[in-house]
Amino acid sequence: MDVRVQAEPFDPGTEAAAFTAAQGARAGAVVTFTGMVRDAEGRLDRMEIEHYPGMTERAIAAIVAQAAERWHLLDALVIHRHGALRPGAPIMMVATAAAHRAEAFAAAEFLMDYLKSRAPFWKKEVTAAGAAWVAAKADDEDALRRW
Amino acid sequence: MTVLDVLYFAWVRERVGAPRERVETAAKDVAALIAELRARSDGHEAAFADTAALRVAIDQELAEFDAPLAGAREVAFFPPMTGG
Repeated sequence: MDVRVQAEPFDPGTEAAAFTAAQGARAGAVVTFTGMVRDAEGRLDRMEIEHYPGMTERAIAAIVAQAAERWHLLDALVIHRHGALRPGAPIMMVATAAAHRAEAFAAAEFLMDYLKSRAPFWKKEVTAAGAAWVAAKADDEDALRRW
Repeated sequence: MTVLDVLYFAWVRERVGAPRERVETAAKDVAALIAELRARSDGHEAAFADTAALRVAIDQELAEFDAPLAGAREVAFFPPMTGG
């Protein structure tokens, strides 16, 4: 299990290849997810991501431990960036490895749902018109109830 | 009296005007601490005006507003999280 909270960029392809190779023949399924800075209207200058050093790592480790137990994960990787990110940049990545695909998919979705509203990150969108904190959505809380 | 490190994040930090401060308090729980913090400045008042919009962590674990502060060293206030 590997949790990385970092300001530096990462390459999702390189990370996915390394994670997959590390599983050897134990895993029948590897699922990876990459979250990107979205700019649907073409007006975003950057996304600024603040976090709570110390609590962030603890909260993510606790979420990963929960997923690992529930779906018998062989391995998991979480990378989450903070700082200023340009549109199109990867913000975060989750990878899961399990014996079968259903477990790997479910665990990856669980990790994403919990990272969204239980890991202490806050996003601020900066445009030419000004800056605004991204508000949490009711959907994000609802998403936790299905687990 | 106990001494607490009080941390602020995102717009709570911006309204208070500082990322952290050391607070000497006799507050028994989070709600009592908030009542004390609100009186510190107009910025604090603005930050704590709507506690329904706030979340709190005690020693880096999410907590409720009626959670006791006995033994606590670090209390953080922030809006609902928006990671992922």
